[in-house]
Amino acid sequence: MADDTLDLKTLTDDELVAQMHDDLYDGLADEIVEGTEILLERGWGADKVLNDALVEGMRIVGIDFRDGILFVPEVLLAANAMKAGMVILRPLLAETGAERVGTVVIGTVKGDIHDIGKNLVAMMLEGAGFEVHDLGINNPVENYLAALEEYEPDILGMSALLTTTMPYMKVVIDTLKEKGIRDDYIVLVGGAPLNEEFGKAVGADAYCRDAAVAAETAQALVMARRAAAPAS
Amino acid sequence: MQQLLRPDEERVFEAERPEVLVLACGAIAREVLAVIALNRWENVTLRCLPAKLHSRPELIAPAVDAKLGEIAGRYERVFVAYADCGTGGALDAVLERHDVERLPGDHCYGFLTGNTAWEELHDAEPATFYLTDFLARHFDAIVIRGLGLDRHPQLLSQYFGNYRRLLYLAQTDDDDLRARARAAAERLGLEYEERRTGYGDLVPSLTRFVEAPPAG
Repeated sequence: MADDTLDLKTLTDDELVAQMHDDLYDGLADEIVEGTEILLERGWGADKVLNDALVEGMRIVGIDFRDGILFVPEVLLAANAMKAGMVILRPLLAETGAERVGTVVIGTVKGDIHDIGKNLVAMMLEGAGFEVHDLGINNPVENYLAALEEYEPDILGMSALLTTTMPYMKVVIDTLKEKGIRDDYIVLVGGAPLNEEFGKAVGADAYCRDAAVAAETAQALVMARRAAAPAS
Repeated sequence: MQQLLRPDEERVFEAERPEVLVLACGAIAREVLAVIALNRWENVTLRCLPAKLHSRPELIAPAVDAKLGEIAGRYERVFVAYADCGTGGALDAVLERHDVERLPGDHCYGFLTGNTAWEELHDAEPATFYLTDFLARHFDAIVIRGLGLDRHPQLLSQYFGNYRRLLYLAQTDDDDLRARARAAAERLGLEYEERRTGYGDLVPSLTRFVEAPPAG
């Protein structure tokens, strides 16, 4: 039983952040909202609350999911708790006009209506400082092309849960090649039945095994691409 | 009627003359046993891995690999009664190493319906959640408790919000299972449909393998 009498306001900043990691782990959305508000009242910037309390908390959740200590329901509850904190932080982050790490277009491929993993990735990418345009589920190649033209992202992310739908990622990538725009984007793929080999076989830049890896990979590849770009 | 397997149960149904082994998902134990009985295959042993792996496909290939290693040399021939089952080719890599073949297709829904027919069904409505006889029988254990919906019912919309219908692929004509499937659809908030499939591609696949002339 959690300590119902714990007053988050009595905790030091470090204690409160540690408590928020625990509360995220336990999927306690109300406590995350309260902790987020307290840190903001204490003068923390929205980006620091996001990174130190929420993103770091979800990173711990991600590690324990990877290690088989946590399972999908617990990860969903944790994600919902993080989302509750993000609702408070999102407008503040927009106000500060902080420069985005990059822009992402993400969606589940045609024939597939599964979005739990894709939603987690979108949330972690947003937490990592990306502007995320989520196309939802069941996307034919035309949807991806239209979004790429509209948002001019750094990254295209595709997700699939079914072995029957994951080959569609190759259809999308081959279409980008035919149009001569494949190399304009970093292409990341993910989903339960995928693996590294599949990612290579379809011509993606990387396969991401979970949401935390997706966020790390996205940051690393965007930075590498910018570093490699000729100086203007 | 054979005794039911629990979703977490591993079981061997030993033949009188155990020459051929069918290593199967526990979720189709009843169906494989029915095919064995119907054909009076007295030389076919059935070994079942836990059906709960249906919900943890990343564990299927390692489990099959371990079992094939454990029983190596004990039978003249071995057949694996799994489809790809969400392993994304990992199962095929294991089977290639052991030189063993499996059921055709991607999912149990496919080979029980007939893979071509199932693909047409799924293309017509991707927002379909499927139940087989086994999943209808063990809906609470596999789906409700397996997804944590007993403890966290608020997650229902996150799991099933994109689905429109529940399609019960019925292997048998069983009013009790039909009622369970219909109740499952109501619980998930989905439209209910059913289709009698029989055993689909399972029968010809097993028959072809078991009754194949000896090599050489």
